[in-house]
Amino acid sequence: MKLDKKLLLRMYHQMLRIRYFEERVDELFSRGLIHGTCHLYIGEEAIAVGAVSALHPEDYIISTHRGHGHCLMKGAESGKMMAEILGKKTGYCKGKGGSMHIADLTGRNLGANGIVGGGIPLAVGAAFALKYRKKKEIILCFFGDGAVNQGCFHESLNMSGLLKLPVVFICENNKYGMSMNIARACASETICQRAYSYAMEGIQVDGNDVLSVYDTVSESVESVRSGGKPVLIEALTYRWKGHSKSDRNLYRTREEIDSWKARCPIKTFHGKLIDELKVASETELLGLEKKAEMEMDEAVQFAMASPEPEVEEAVTDVYA
Amino acid sequence: MRKITFREAIREALREEMKRDHSVYLIGEDIGIYGGAFAVTEGLLNEFGPERVVDTPISEAAIIGTATGSALLGLRPVAEIMYFDFITLASDQLVNQAAKLRYMFGGKAKVPMVVRGAAGCGTGAAGHHSQSLEAWMTHIPGLKVVMPATPYDAKGLLKSAIRDDNPVVFIEHKKLYSLKGEVPEEEYTIPLGRAEVKKEGDHLTIISYSNALIKAMLAAEILDSSGISAEVIDLRTLSPLDTGTIFTSVKKTGRALIVAEAAGFSGFDAEVTSLIAENCLDYMESITRLGGAFTPVPYNRKLEESIVPQVDTIVNKIREIVGPGRVSV
Repeated sequence: MKLDKKLLLRMYHQMLRIRYFEERVDELFSRGLIHGTCHLYIGEEAIAVGAVSALHPEDYIISTHRGHGHCLMKGAESGKMMAEILGKKTGYCKGKGGSMHIADLTGRNLGANGIVGGGIPLAVGAAFALKYRKKKEIILCFFGDGAVNQGCFHESLNMSGLLKLPVVFICENNKYGMSMNIARACASETICQRAYSYAMEGIQVDGNDVLSVYDTVSESVESVRSGGKPVLIEALTYRWKGHSKSDRNLYRTREEIDSWKARCPIKTFHGKLIDELKVASETELLGLEKKAEMEMDEAVQFAMASPEPEVEEAVTDVYA
Repeated sequence: MRKITFREAIREALREEMKRDHSVYLIGEDIGIYGGAFAVTEGLLNEFGPERVVDTPISEAAIIGTATGSALLGLRPVAEIMYFDFITLASDQLVNQAAKLRYMFGGKAKVPMVVRGAAGCGTGAAGHHSQSLEAWMTHIPGLKVVMPATPYDAKGLLKSAIRDDNPVVFIEHKKLYSLKGEVPEEEYTIPLGRAEVKKEGDHLTIISYSNALIKAMLAAEILDSSGISAEVIDLRTLSPLDTGTIFTSVKKTGRALIVAEAAGFSGFDAEVTSLIAENCLDYMESITRLGGAFTPVPYNRKLEESIVPQVDTIVNKIREIVGPGRVSV
């Protein structure tokens, strides 16, 4: 890849934005200010950042219940996202969707999804529409390891392979579907090997290495854009926090969690930028950290100060 | 006026809307070369090509998901579920995705799509190919549900369904496909959400839809000759429901009989009954419903006929409600 400094620093900044956003969500939840539940993306930032950086702005994504990172990366405003999580009128869905349903259609993000695997057939449909209209755009379809044992995953890969649709599937394998370890849930050794059943390429990548993710997704996206078959990417990662806010981590050890924290995608990238690539100074990166912190503080202020929706809103928007 | 079948009326609606709007396409199992399991889409592959008449593998979730995702991007898919029983395999995509995306996204999305399929019993197809599942659909906010009974209504309503900006479930009773009726050559549409008084009468209002409506009409004709004048309302669209037409009629006749083929328990007929009771009770002498038995659909012809209202059961029920001595002619 071309190691363009601007791009590298943007990636670093985006990873921080996601981390700090999620830390604030975590804090608001602890303070009892969040009505529903939340699924935090901490530890997985390199995937959203590496993958979405490989897209054109006109490309589409579809996300999952663990979707804050994808959404921020696709260009959504942190304040409107935070407002949605707090159920405010100024949120992306006017407080009707919450964390699991944030969508930013103008930013070409077709939304998070409360159903594991639920977005995969929708991505096939979006890709169908793009091909039908002879567009050059593609869709990047995020889902987790829990989704690959749903029937709709297989139906969708088969259908998109048959119709040669412009979609790149990216599985964030964070090892656990709630408490279920992937080794106990998936009969195949890897997830990406399932691609071969559908005559498409399956690639495994280190999901904690933002540059590896960027390279792999860039290559797949360009192949699909130029008329190639869909691709299935499996990005290996780990979620630091529990599945949702009720998780007590009974199914994994402190050692395992710590070993993945030691491979923090942000810290690793920080080291790489300074020591290996030598494209930035500590001061420059510190500046980006401050900028991201400030943005997220403002996001929280905006969300907290925003009004609640009127009760009458509960029954609007059911039909167009 | 020319007469065509229910099947031909649906095909005409599909053809006209596909000609009118390039964003309309068809997707489903065996709808192309085969022409559809009930021959509804016959000839359309030749006319519009495989890009717009998309034959799929047997993957109902992917069919409805593809339709929904493409509708989010502005296409107007018409997805065929060969037998409506198979909607069970696609229920996440229809119920959790298509129906709710607009609301959950705060009103920012539109999902203009039609899911059409063949339902109902009477063909010896047994428990997996004969169900009437409309009450599942009407219970989902975000879906519209249409169940026409005549070729004229089928054509006009399907055209409106395709032009509607919401997911519309369009259920075709398989016993109706060969039914002939008057359909004009000229373009027309019928708005969703409007019932129609198919026959005027004074003593009782029969409220029905789909194939049960045809039976109700035959029952009403038989009763006419014995001095019982039944008004017959065809709901045509179950959701949104045209309560105005229902209430006006039952307030006039004072007696309501709701006839449906689906299992009566928790059925759509129960909803209509309840709405009449809540809104028109002071006017009512009786509110009665006649639905299907609470059982899977049996295979044997005699058993199959026994579990849903037939013309004679409707006639007998009405005689029971109105009573020979209670009609002032």
